[in-house]
Amino acid sequence: MFLSCFDSGYVMAFPQPRPQAPQLPQHLLRTIDCQQGAVRAVRFNADGNYLLSCGSDKSLKLWSVSRGTLLKTYSGHGYEVLDADGSYDNSQLCSCSSDKTVILWDVGTGQVTRKLRGHAGKVNCVQFNEEATVILSGSIDGTVRCWDTRSRRFEPIQVLDEARDSISSVKVAQHELLTGSVDGRVRRYDLRMGQLHVDFISSPITCVCFSQDGQCTLSSSLDSTVRLLDKSTGEMLGEYTGHKMKGYKLDCCLSSKDTHVLSCSEDGHVYCWDLVEGSLSLKLPVGKAVVQSLSFHPTETCLLTAMEGRVQVWGTEPEETEEDTMAT
Amino acid sequence: MASDSDSEEDFVTYGIPLEPLEEDEPLKKPIPLHEQTVKDEKGRYKRFHGAFTGGFSAGYFNTVGSKEGWAPSTFVSSRQQKADQHHARPEDFMDEEDFSEHGIAPREITTSQEFSSSRRDAAREKARAINAQTALIPGDTLLEDLIAPARSSIGVELLRRMGWKEGQGVGPRVKRKARRQQTDEVRLYGCALPPAGSEDSEDDDDDFAPENVTFAPKDVTPVDFSPRLGVQGLGYRGLDPGLALLGQGAPEHIDLFKPQSETRSRLFGDTQRSSRRGGVAGQAFGVGALEDDDDDDVYHRDSMSRYDSVLGGEEPGDGLYGWTAPQQYTKKRDKNKDASYLGKILEGFTLAQKPAEEKTIFPPPVLPRDYRPVHRFNPAVSVSHLSGVSPALAEALRTSRGHMVKEEPQQGGRHQLDSGQRRALLGEDALQGPSSVMELLRPEDRERLLNLRNSSNPPSTKTPTIESCNAPRLAGSSAGSSAGSSAGSSAGSLALSAAASSGLQQQQHEALVSWRGVQTSSQTFRPFENNPSKQARYEFYLSRLKQGDKDALDQSLDQGMTEWERSREREEFVRASILYRPTSSSLSSRFTRAKHQEDDDNVAVNRDQEGDVDDKQAAVKMKMFGKLTRETFEWHPDKLLCKRFNVPDPYPGSGMIGLPKVKRDKFSVFNFLTVTESRETTAPPKPPETGKKSRWDVSDQKEEKKKNKPLSEQTEAKLEQTSVPALPAPTNHQAPGDRTETKSAEEQSSDKKKEGDDEEEEEEEESRPPMDLFKAIFANSSDEKSSSSEGESEDEEEEKDTKEDEGKMDPQVPNLFNISSNITSTSSVTSSSGTSSSTTTKSNQQTEAVVLSQTSTQEEFGPKLPPPSGALIRGGATSLCSPSEEEKPSKKSKEKKHKNKKQHKHKKDKKVRKQEKSVFNETVFIHSSYCSCDLDFTFCFVEEET
Repeated sequence: MFLSCFDSGYVMAFPQPRPQAPQLPQHLLRTIDCQQGAVRAVRFNADGNYLLSCGSDKSLKLWSVSRGTLLKTYSGHGYEVLDADGSYDNSQLCSCSSDKTVILWDVGTGQVTRKLRGHAGKVNCVQFNEEATVILSGSIDGTVRCWDTRSRRFEPIQVLDEARDSISSVKVAQHELLTGSVDGRVRRYDLRMGQLHVDFISSPITCVCFSQDGQCTLSSSLDSTVRLLDKSTGEMLGEYTGHKMKGYKLDCCLSSKDTHVLSCSEDGHVYCWDLVEGSLSLKLPVGKAVVQSLSFHPTETCLLTAMEGRVQVWGTEPEETEEDTMAT
Repeated sequence: MASDSDSEEDFVTYGIPLEPLEEDEPLKKPIPLHEQTVKDEKGRYKRFHGAFTGGFSAGYFNTVGSKEGWAPSTFVSSRQQKADQHHARPEDFMDEEDFSEHGIAPREITTSQEFSSSRRDAAREKARAINAQTALIPGDTLLEDLIAPARSSIGVELLRRMGWKEGQGVGPRVKRKARRQQTDEVRLYGCALPPAGSEDSEDDDDDFAPENVTFAPKDVTPVDFSPRLGVQGLGYRGLDPGLALLGQGAPEHIDLFKPQSETRSRLFGDTQRSSRRGGVAGQAFGVGALEDDDDDDVYHRDSMSRYDSVLGGEEPGDGLYGWTAPQQYTKKRDKNKDASYLGKILEGFTLAQKPAEEKTIFPPPVLPRDYRPVHRFNPAVSVSHLSGVSPALAEALRTSRGHMVKEEPQQGGRHQLDSGQRRALLGEDALQGPSSVMELLRPEDRERLLNLRNSSNPPSTKTPTIESCNAPRLAGSSAGSSAGSSAGSSAGSLALSAAASSGLQQQQHEALVSWRGVQTSSQTFRPFENNPSKQARYEFYLSRLKQGDKDALDQSLDQGMTEWERSREREEFVRASILYRPTSSSLSSRFTRAKHQEDDDNVAVNRDQEGDVDDKQAAVKMKMFGKLTRETFEWHPDKLLCKRFNVPDPYPGSGMIGLPKVKRDKFSVFNFLTVTESRETTAPPKPPETGKKSRWDVSDQKEEKKKNKPLSEQTEAKLEQTSVPALPAPTNHQAPGDRTETKSAEEQSSDKKKEGDDEEEEEEEESRPPMDLFKAIFANSSDEKSSSSEGESEDEEEEKDTKEDEGKMDPQVPNLFNISSNITSTSSVTSSSGTSSSTTTKSNQQTEAVVLSQTSTQEEFGPKLPPPSGALIRGGATSLCSPSEEEKPSKKSKEKKHKNKKQHKHKKDKKVRKQEKSVFNETVFIHSSYCSCDLDFTFCFVEEET
């Protein structure tokens, strides 16, 4: 593995040479000890001011990114919380858990708006659609269930049971659903066209993403490879390797400007590749354990990583105020 | 008349014969209404406009135009081309079909008179005759004919050129001398020329005929093939103008027996011509004004003098010879004379030369006095009549006899029946000959095949009854007992297709494991319900399975069936028994049977199946993503989902949701075909002769046992040494060595197994419902800690067992196969983990290798979340981190260890682990991601390294 010139030591040596066009979140702004067991997932909200941490102690917590303070704890799950998402208007949250349920929360009161049961196994991933009218949840039972948040129905609108194995990741972009499954296939449901596109990756998929422009899909799989596929044809545009992803369900994502591909790694780093060149731009040392989850800020260059019980916030420039939060 | 000379009658067929009826021919569809069209004589469509709007349309949609439009003829005249006088004729304004109504002869090509055969236009001939009769001078056509120009048709002209003369027959000239010789000198030459009957009479006169003279054949009256016109019945004769116009034409004498005679006489003109002039006269016509003859009876009066008082009467004659007919001719006619009593012979028909053979009709037997016309069915007969089935099956049939009799005729087409059923329907007896190929083999060959089979297959014969049955067969006795022959045939088939049947054998064993000891008789699933005898066989098979009989399959099959049918049925039974295996008691108490059994035998199967994975795998290896790895299906989103996504429904009006499905037969072979493939790919067929004996050989037969005596003793010793609980033997096709077999406790001592290198004997015990089940249902995760006791070793196996059971209850057939594949891999992993745990005491390198192999197998499962324990170490705060979380993987690993290791070793190991708890370097999670189970099937395995 080679380290590119964007390594932190290099920049340290030359404090402000010239603002690079695509900046990378290489400075640790603050560390939040979530006090909720292992953090299974960390997510930005829609505007990037808050973050959600899913704890293995059945709790879901809402934090302020800028100050690192706990805002609310949402408890109601019966087992560890595996994924969460916030609605576009910050009024609702949804979370899924190993207790096979999906919970829709009211942000302000912290009450359970709806508890959606129906999955036969633990629910790995959850996602709102754009208008927060539908919750999509993917489960170990191999189904994606589309829950209606508007009506009082407790049955899903539709169950997508095409996957042959556990669903590890679900993403929504406008009228398209993207699911990654352990059967090694990335499925894209196009609601407008009424078509299902299946891309065979062969290795179990751990995470899938749409690019911001909606033209590409990113999928990380257990063969320690992140692949960028063209959405329309399924051709591979880029392949990013170097990290280690062999046994755990780890996240990957694209940067807010689609310039870089980021992925968690089992060796305690976050790997950041240039999207076009495919070269490793940054190998961010997070810690010794496995980097379990990461989330990129929707607009700014800001990254959240989750390792064990802590969430770390990474930015382009060091801030002065992060020192006290570091201490805790 | 034409067939006079023929001694043998041949029937002349007119027209095109109808095609013989096929048995299975589908009924012809009625012509639909839109194809019932009316066409005119030129094949053009006629449009009917209704009675009041003019009937059929005229012109082009009731216009004078045509399809191309109406083009009036314009007057064009030029200097070069003067417009000729154009006479508009009425035909120009008429439809062609109306010409005939207005007496305009259609202008078309017809045969001219010169070429037309004179016989053709009989109608004109008749009209002319009538005209002649009605003329002032009756019969002046004679005169006309006399003075008619000598004109003959071209056919007659040609015949004349060829040497034909009027009055002669057509054909090759005939020698008459030959026949004379034959009659005189039969003995001398012995040649047998066909006798020509009618010419014999003439031959008698032709004594003087020289030998080299040939004669023209006799002229024959051709058969009149004029078609019947009109709708009158056969033999009808209308008002004869010849009689009516002649007035006094009615003959004085009515010959009842020879209606022909009057026509003949009229033909020859021998009726008395009345001197009167013509005029309509006859019965009920009265007397015309011009009739001067008043003394005639106006009204008809019958008198007996007009009838014959004696049978028989005049000599017959057909008018060819008249009264000058030779004696022979008239005599020969005599035998047919009585036929003329039957009535007038119809036109175009002749009397048969040979009378039809009389059918002898035997009277029905006289009923005995005490006969009662009520039939009682004999139950014993109906069962024994079915087929040569085993006595137990016959018993089973006897109990359900009424059921059978009722259902038998409801069975489908003959192709659904097997040979035994067809035989039963036809009432045939079972074939007595050898029923399989094995019987035809020499004894030594048979023995060789059997040895082959024994070396490659698990023991199928266990009970002493079968062994005693097998022993004489092995000794080479001839095909005697049907049971022996069936076993032999099965052995033969198994040996011949050892590779293919090994998978079946394993399934068979799986079925045996799952069914044995099941006491519930409420097996209500009847997969072969529409075939009662098959269902009975299947139930017999299940009952044998429940008793733990190893060769239940061979015993329950019908010996009367063919080899192919039997092998097919064998496979079906095993499949069905595996698919519908009974749930364990704990689970079955939780489920209730559906109130309404769905009676359609169809399952919905995805219409579009995904393509071959191997191709895609190759494409992925070559990194050729794109067309090769992408597949696109039609997918129907829910209407509400589209609404919520603000997207128009892509398939408005389609009620379908998801991938389009097609209905398939539930028990179709094709639904199961994929399984066998996948199974076979995971388990490459073993070669029949392996130098190393598999463990299946051990308990096969007595002699085999002796052979393996030392080995089995070895294993027995090992067994006692390591009394370790085992997995409930899910099918494991990965490698022969990985196989785990379950035996019940009482059988354990008798059944010996041979095992691989470091594989351990395992035993299953079904004691109580798994704790995890209760946990998943009732308990919180905090309860986990308390339940992680040492006695839980079986629980996890139970959990797997229930998982399998649940998998079997999954309604979706395709998922079943996913399950089975998953199961195989889980078991392989557990066994390999067993090996790894046994080698933990060994060097680290070895352990690492094992871990590597695990990670390679791990790809089949889902990714696992990272360990949370690091948080404990780092943060040091244990208040919020639930200890159960931290405990969970280690507990699971404990179970594994416990299962795979000896007791004392295990305890020691646990202590070690407690010490090592803080040092947590490497964790490997294996995660079975099997879907749709109620339980959390997380198998974790923790591997420590110092």
